[in-house]
This record gives sequence, C-alpha cells and structure tokens, in this order.
Amino acid sequence: MEDTDSVAVARVKAGDGDAYRVLVDRHSRSVFRLAYRMTGNQQDAEDVVQETFMRAYRQLHRWEARSSFSTWLYRIAANYSLDLVRARKRHAETAIDETPANQGAPDDAIHALPASSPGPDRLLFSDQVQKCVASTLDELSQQERTAFVLRHFEGQSIEEISAALGLSANAAKHSIFRAVQKLRRALEPMVSHAL
Amino acid sequence: MNVPTENHLTEEQLVLYYYSEASETAGVEEHLGACESCRKAYHSLQRVLNSVDSLPVPDLSADYETRLWSALDARLGRRKSFAARWLLWKPLVIAASMAVLIIAAFLTGRTLERPSNQQKSVADSGIRERVLLVAVGDHLERSQMVLVELANAGAPATGHLDISYEQRTAEDLLEANRLYRQTAASAGDFPTATLLEDLERVLLEIAHSPSTVSAKQLEDLRKQIEDKGILFKVKIFGSQVEQREAAPSKAGAASL
Repeated sequence: MEDTDSVAVARVKAGDGDAYRVLVDRHSRSVFRLAYRMTGNQQDAEDVVQETFMRAYRQLHRWEARSSFSTWLYRIAANYSLDLVRARKRHAETAIDETPANQGAPDDAIHALPASSPGPDRLLFSDQVQKCVASTLDELSQQERTAFVLRHFEGQSIEEISAALGLSANAAKHSIFRAVQKLRRALEPMVSHAL
Repeated sequence: MNVPTENHLTEEQLVLYYYSEASETAGVEEHLGACESCRKAYHSLQRVLNSVDSLPVPDLSADYETRLWSALDARLGRRKSFAARWLLWKPLVIAASMAVLIIAAFLTGRTLERPSNQQKSVADSGIRERVLLVAVGDHLERSQMVLVELANAGAPATGHLDISYEQRTAEDLLEANRLYRQTAASAGDFPTATLLEDLERVLLEIAHSPSTVSAKQLEDLRKQIEDKGILFKVKIFGSQVEQREAAPSKAGAASL
C-alpha cells in the first residue's frame, strides 16, 4: 500500500493531479473514522477529511517517502481535529449560559428510548456503554484523546503517535495511560456489572 | 523486564501488553499464567477496552469518495485554465494590471464625467469598484491560505519546520498587497486600505522569517497572526467580498 502511495504521490508531484484521487479514494474513509472519533460529530469529521486532503495536497512537498503516507495524513487530520474541537469548546463555553437547562444529560436520553425498541435490555445496555464511552472520550484532554484514538482505533505505535503529536515517547505513553485510566474508571462498573 | 510473580504487574504494563507494546511480552505472559490476581486485572482491562470498540462510526454513503473528490477538485482548482493557474502564481502581475486598470478607469471617469450624466458616473464607479473587489477578493483568499497553513502547521517534533513555500508565497503576496493598498487608499476606500495595511505587516513578518523555523519561532509567528486577529479579519472581509461579488447590483454605492 505504501509503495503504491509513493507512486501516486510521485505522479501528483510530476503534475498528474488526477493521481491525487487515488490517494483520496484509498484513505478518505479511514481519515473519516479517525476524525469522527476525535470530534464525535459527523459534519465536523467530514470537514476534517476535506481539510486534511487540502492541506496534504498543498504540503505534499513536505512528505518524505520513507515515512508512511497514511501516518502523515493521520497527523494532519489529528492536528486539524484538535484545532476544531478546541474552537468548538471555546464556542460552547461562551454559549453555555444561554443554553436552556432542559437539554438533559446524555444519560437522560437512554431512559427516553421507545419501549418498542427491539431487544430492549441488550440494546439499552449497548447504548449506555456507547454513550458512556463517548462522554468519557469528551472528558479527556485533547492530547489524551488524540493519543488514545490513534493507539486504540488506528493501531498506531507509540513512536508514531509521539511523532504525530510532537511529544516524547514517554509523554505519548502517559497520555494513553491516563486515557485508559479514565475510561476504566467510567466503564468498569458498567461492564463488570454486565457479566 | 523481569516480572516476578510476587510483584504484581502494574496497570501500565497491562496496557502496554494489551496494545502489544510491552517490552517483554513473554515475561508478562508468564506472570499472567501464574498470577490469578493480575489475570483478573488484565481481563477487566480487556473488557473495558473491548467495550470502547462498541463506539459506532456513522456509515458513509457509497458515493462518499466521489462527493469528496468533487468538493476537493473544486477547491484545488485543478480544472482552472492555464491562464488562471498562471495568474494564481503571479499575484504581482495581477495586482499591477488591476491597479493600472483601476487608476485608468478612475482617471477616465473623472475626465469624461459630466454633471448631467449622473447615471454614467455611477456605472463607471461601479465598474471600478468591481474590478478592485474581484482582485482584492482573490488576493485575500491566497493570503488566507498562507495564514491558515502557518496557524495550523503541526509543531515540528524534532528540529525545524520548513516554511520556505509559505515564505515565497508571502513575498509574492506582499508586493501585490502594497499595490492594492495604495490603490484602495487613492480610491478613498479606507476600510480596505486599513485591512491591507494590517495584512502587510503580517506578510512582512512571514517573508522575513527564516525559511526553516523551530517550534518556538513557529509559535512566535502564530502568536503574531493571532494577536493581530488578522486571520479573522481577512475571513470576515473575504466573505463580505464574496457577498458583494454575488450581488453586483448593490456594489455601486458603498465602499468595500
């Protein structure tokens, strides 16, 4: 895959702009998955994908063939997702005072599930776990979330994560540890109880 | 890593083992085989981390790649004609041509203007403004791309970050910017002239930066972009220009 990525990049650099489509087709869904897990929002994730490929195209001269193209893309996507989430949080903090108190916590929605849902107990539990995972991920620091998402979902090594985030390997490792600790604290009572 | 059974595995060792990052997998496995307490702890960790996988990701439509490519293709401007691409890379030439055109139109308008020909005067003024509007809009879009690149560039993990591309672009834009600023000022369009003056200071900083910057230098550069709020101003101004371009009939009376 990486060899063919290198070939496609070389063709783009040589002026064959259509070769970039090969890279977009090949990597856009995995970049979307990363972006969605980082932002928790489909529209934001789609924006991240588009912006990632725009930036990658403009910075193609910076990519070095000895590194993985997908890792480089993830790095761009992760950094842009971080910026986006920070901006969203700033916006949310300023808007929070104007938000009516009747929005309810995510957990409230669980109790509002229609009684006719198929397999209600199992579905409810699964939904509860998913909501708990999502809200715990939201509570992680941006560094913890990025490091964890890259390690857990994208299978990136600690070395790759430290390079992507501009951290030492030790700092990347500890970000993952902290994320796991927080997830464990939130999820353990739930998943242990289920067994 | 020696993992004696009397010393239980730490949570960090278990996490690293789960992610296949443990420095001594065999030692951890041996310990887990012999120590029930650690085995329980590991199974508990497994359950938690496996449950994280339940987090769903929305399904994308089958034509997602096609839609994405259409959007990207439009933004990348690859289908522009040779002339358009040439102009994109020659902002100075565009700026100079536009400036000459605007000044010529302005002088012509003043020479030919008759007090009884009010409609023609308004139309000439509209054309002059529209020429400047289109040129400045294009210039701001290119400037915004450079500012966004730098504002969002990832911090160099080691060594320095090469910003020579942004620097060269900033140098080109700087020359164009001066001409637009002078043209806007001489046409009495002071809001545009003021924005371009602010932009010029930032472009100057970028153009005069080293071609490779350290994390600290990059941070300083970002701070200057942020402190001046120039990216925000350019975005707002750019969208105003787009609106004005979309509504040419209203472009006659007000300034940019």
